Amino acid sequence: MTFLQSVIDAIALGAVYSVVALAIGLVFGVMRLINLAYGELITAGAFTLAYLSNEPAIVAILACFGVVAGLALVQGFVFQPLRGTSPATMLVATFGVSYLLQNVYFLAFGSQGKAIGTLGGLNGAIAVGSLRIRWISIVALIAGAALLAVTALILNRTTVGLQIRAAAIDFRTARLLGVRANQVIAFAFLYSGLLAAAVAVLLTVQSPLATPDFGVQVTIFALVGVVVGGLDRLWTATLGGFAIGFATSLVGSELPSSSSVYLPSVIYGLVILVLLLRPGGLFAGSRATLAERV
Amino acid sequence: MRTRIDTSLALLAPAGLVLAVAALGSQLGAVRQLEFNNALVNVAIVVALYVFIGNSGVISFGHVSFVAVGAYLSGILTLGAEQKDFVIPTMFPFLRHAHTGTTFSLVLAAAAGAMFALVVGVPLMRLSGLPAGIATFAVLGITYNILSYWQKIGPGVTSLSLVPESGIWTLTGGTLIVIAVAFAYARSRFGRRLRATREDPQAAQSAGIDVHRERLYAFVISGALAGFAGGLLVHELGSITTDQVYLELTFTTLAMLVVGGVSSLWGAVIGALAISALNSFLADAEQGVHIGFHLQVPSGTRLVTIGVVMSAVVILRPSGLTGGREARLPRLRRG
Repeated sequence: MTFLQSVIDAIALGAVYSVVALAIGLVFGVMRLINLAYGELITAGAFTLAYLSNEPAIVAILACFGVVAGLALVQGFVFQPLRGTSPATMLVATFGVSYLLQNVYFLAFGSQGKAIGTLGGLNGAIAVGSLRIRWISIVALIAGAALLAVTALILNRTTVGLQIRAAAIDFRTARLLGVRANQVIAFAFLYSGLLAAAVAVLLTVQSPLATPDFGVQVTIFALVGVVVGGLDRLWTATLGGFAIGFATSLVGSELPSSSSVYLPSVIYGLVILVLLLRPGGLFAGSRATLAERV
Repeated sequence: MRTRIDTSLALLAPAGLVLAVAALGSQLGAVRQLEFNNALVNVAIVVALYVFIGNSGVISFGHVSFVAVGAYLSGILTLGAEQKDFVIPTMFPFLRHAHTGTTFSLVLAAAAGAMFALVVGVPLMRLSGLPAGIATFAVLGITYNILSYWQKIGPGVTSLSLVPESGIWTLTGGTLIVIAVAFAYARSRFGRRLRATREDPQAAQSAGIDVHRERLYAFVISGALAGFAGGLLVHELGSITTDQVYLELTFTTLAMLVVGGVSSLWGAVIGALAISALNSFLADAEQGVHIGFHLQVPSGTRLVTIGVVMSAVVILRPSGLTGGREARLPRLRRG
């Protein structure tokens, strides 16, 4: 039964990771930019929640969405000039901004971290037979599914969604047909920020300590998932994110700690393998490739 | 005539600048000299990065793993047996009994860096752009993870300490060797071919250049130099932890390369020295410093400032301070 419990926790974490993967994939689609500074959006959300721990939960959560969305818009504005530059330049630039923001957090809040009290009650569990399911697992699962559904609706049923999809397929042609480049990019970043805020709320329940590198690990792992799943299409990227979250949670809880310390190596090794064997991603069709190979 | 002067300047200017920095550093007190030592080792690491990234145009986040391997190997080899029992009690017996002098340990560090780069490079050099960035980052992650936990090859998360420290002239000599190799490689037919693939992979391929093989050559040479520079690093510091050869070093060395200008040796040296100087100055300022007035900035300002400088240069002036050109005589503008 404890195994089934681990599986339920793993599904919940997978749902959170898939939201991060979705956000990274969305921005990548519009700008061909992997935002390595995405984790710092989540961290910003965590610190906002930490500083508003004594306020009512709804106030703290709304503030969290506001702060993160604002920061995401700033990121979009800063990264805008990078559109069309080489992938190496983009990687270095977002890497730089990521490191910069981490150090800003360090400077502003210190390295000790700050405890987060908001929504701590969700760590309680309900008993179903001999299973003990934590509320946060249920909330994460429902929230993850809802966010994916809403995103699918926005992409498929609204004008801005249509524009994002058009820009992802061919940015130049989309512009020729009247899609405003700045607006689409700004919207993609704004939306990725709203998703980051939701992820921050979900993650802080399980790990209630905001530190300057709070969002780093989830972003790196989700990015790995995105690459393994396949960057070219949103659903494969999201599925990859889910798979990596599920796998890390399950392996982490089932393996003894003497082996699980090497988990990052296994995951990174997997990434290299997928990049070499199926550069378009595990779930992508055989024709899709991420880049030309030599 | 002018071309010949420019060619020799491309080697003499960086080497001369490094010598001048070393000469200045050797005149200063011991504490201040540490900062100069650090700047010299940074130059070595950044030039090693330049050999691959600058000539190939492919990004690598993985070079600090070669630095790490070189640093750990070189450090462990120069420890005495009883020191090893103290620092790394659980180590493999063959590593425990191995002992060399500093110079030979640097040679072995270079060899280890080259071997590691070869193993990693054979599969990875087929990638470019974004996949190359992610895959090399994965290599860095694996190296860090294994070095942190496998206590048979190193001290794990605790510090590798008691390593004999080298003086400023040893470090300078090492850095000059790295610069000379980088210069020789860039001037060689291999360097020229690789730069051709950087400018236009398709055109280079149709001219008969094997892109994969050229990249691999550069990666291995650059890995050897990075391993060597890692050896210099551990003998500069006297001790090392895995966190010192992970994200922060990757970040600062890439920042140095980008700020100076990725595609030239001159840019690599200028960037490394400029950021090192800024780094030292801000580290002083965090302690409080007098420059006409008293300047005291909060701790942490250093990395924030360098982050701002790096991000601003990448976004606003991607070719760096030198514009990616080698050192040369100033030219008169033709009417």
